[in-house]
Amino acid sequence: MSAPVIIFFVLAAMCVIGAISLILQRHPIHSALSLIVVMVALAGLYLLMGAEFVAAVQIIVYGGAIMVLFVFVIMLLNAGLEERTNVSKLAGFAGIPLAVALTGLLAAAVARSEDAVQAATQTGATAPNKALANLLFQDFVYPFELTSFLILVAILGAIVLAGPRSET
Amino acid sequence: MVPTHYYVILSAVLFGLGVIAFIFKRNIITIFMSIELMLNAVNLAFVAFSQVWHRLDGQVFVLFVIVVAAAEAAVGLGIIIMITRNRKTLNVEDVNLLKL
Amino acid sequence: MNDFLAQHAEILISLVKIAILLFVVLTVNAYLTWFERKVVAHIQSRWGPHRVGPHGLLQPLADGLKFLFKEDPTPAGVDKFVYYLAPLLALALALTSIAVIPFGPDPLHFKGHDIYLGITDLNIGILALFAITALGVYGVALAGWSSNSKYPLLGGLRSSAQMVSYELALTMSVVGVLLMAGTFSLREIIDGQANGHGLFGLGGIFRWNIFAGPFPQILGFLCFFVAAVAETNRVPFDLPEAESELVAGFHTEYASFKFAMFFIAEYTSMITVSCLCSILFFGGWLSPFPASWTFTHYLPSFLLIPFGLWVIWDGLRYETIFGKLILPGVGTVITALGVLFIAFPAVNEFAQGPFWLLSKIFVFLFIYVWMRGTLPRFRYDQLMSFGWKLLLPVSLANVVITATALLWSNR
Repeated sequence: MSAPVIIFFVLAAMCVIGAISLILQRHPIHSALSLIVVMVALAGLYLLMGAEFVAAVQIIVYGGAIMVLFVFVIMLLNAGLEERTNVSKLAGFAGIPLAVALTGLLAAAVARSEDAVQAATQTGATAPNKALANLLFQDFVYPFELTSFLILVAILGAIVLAGPRSET
Repeated sequence: MVPTHYYVILSAVLFGLGVIAFIFKRNIITIFMSIELMLNAVNLAFVAFSQVWHRLDGQVFVLFVIVVAAAEAAVGLGIIIMITRNRKTLNVEDVNLLKL
Repeated sequence: MNDFLAQHAEILISLVKIAILLFVVLTVNAYLTWFERKVVAHIQSRWGPHRVGPHGLLQPLADGLKFLFKEDPTPAGVDKFVYYLAPLLALALALTSIAVIPFGPDPLHFKGHDIYLGITDLNIGILALFAITALGVYGVALAGWSSNSKYPLLGGLRSSAQMVSYELALTMSVVGVLLMAGTFSLREIIDGQANGHGLFGLGGIFRWNIFAGPFPQILGFLCFFVAAVAETNRVPFDLPEAESELVAGFHTEYASFKFAMFFIAEYTSMITVSCLCSILFFGGWLSPFPASWTFTHYLPSFLLIPFGLWVIWDGLRYETIFGKLILPGVGTVITALGVLFIAFPAVNEFAQGPFWLLSKIFVFLFIYVWMRGTLPRFRYDQLMSFGWKLLLPVSLANVVITATALLWSNR
């Protein structure tokens, strides 16, 4: 049990506990906080894999902007506790063990095929940020410009949809 | 080092939990958050495989997924605010005017 | 025991560095509050704290004891988990950001280990700082929301909207520096300034990023400083926590120790911003004089010895026994430090870097406090329009001009 594997299990446990807490919490703000925990743990996993720029972008954009947007909307809309609904008990009794069994089957299948895929080692690149930037701005420059256009469209859409109504 | 299939299994588990949250929760904002959880699970698989093949294309695609998720969250939350203004509720089961 | 120490030496060294740095940062925070009260008071032609200890120097201690012993009520109807989480989050994030800041160029050599000043140096140093700043919005927003009361909610929403808006201008204004340095790591940014080409080819102060290279980053520095002041919710951008406007904004319902946590978080972010300003734009630990003027290496002693002697003389003038004992003691320590630097050239060389960095940090903290005493505050709509309509376009223009200048000079 080397140190990276222990760190992986700690971070993976944080992810899964955060995701389960997202499902089980009754107030949306607690679900949002659980999702933030999942995202920070995922950023830790990206760091463990050596993808440092992606980890930083994950925290800055996902954790620091998108989730802030969610938290703002929850506060503004004054979302309250979820009401109980009549979910059939059979779904709980039969469904959850089946889902766990299916996941276990898929996990076993993936684990058995590990010979086909080499074990993950770090890219070991001396300047991964420079290489990533080169890739982004040379091979992928067209999608990059398209995403900037997409963000502009999204900003306009959000302003039109949620902006102040003009009474004419 | 950590074997790749650990990451892939974790990604699948998170995706499954996202699907469960999408199906069972009734607050529209929580459903939206489960979509973000599914996108994050996919990002994890991308980065894991970019490590395996020693290429950075996976990480570039993760950046694009994050940007698209941001745009989608902005517009989606705008729509949610509009719906809440009209229907005064955040419960998806109450937005049922078109139901037969 | 010795094997255990030898095997885990790296982790133990890091733990000791973290403990020392935490202690130093918290003490500097406490005396920063004293410094602010004294300076604002003198700007307003009054004395500030001068009764508790000589020159009011024990005032932070009295404040700390007050925070510990005051009643800490929890209002009814608050969301308990989030109410307790918000100040913890704010404080933890503010203190974590000190971890990536380098304090000196040369390592200490101790029993075969090279101990660098500064806890760590990440490849993505400045991105990590932005990540921590981005997460800091939650402390404010959750505090405002969980207090179950109108004024904190409004203050929290306004404050977090302000922080998110100015975060964009903050990150954009640093991109010019990153373009010139070619790296995210803070140590390498300072090293780039040491070896870069200065304005008109001169050395020393003209190599700092604010004056250097193809395009001096003056615009970037101004944008960064203004955006950072807005980010830390300080005057003139402190409407969300102003007394006359919103009672106390997002920390209205927070009493003694939780309020102290927000307080410490705010002052620690001030310190981090000052460190960043000096590292990114003003050369970090580099001296403003060219390297060939070696007589300037005696500047620390030249400043410390007269200051120490003045403290001794001032202490002996005091009426209370306390002042008569403590101040001369402190003065003797300062004078001894100055004499030490003259006597041991190796120690003097080692202390040059940290001395310059700490002086620059002190200057920026003084500017922060000076603004507090002098400027009125912005109205909220003025604040938001300033951030989006002026600061963001100017920082984007800075990026474009810097990139063009770099391409032109590398033709």
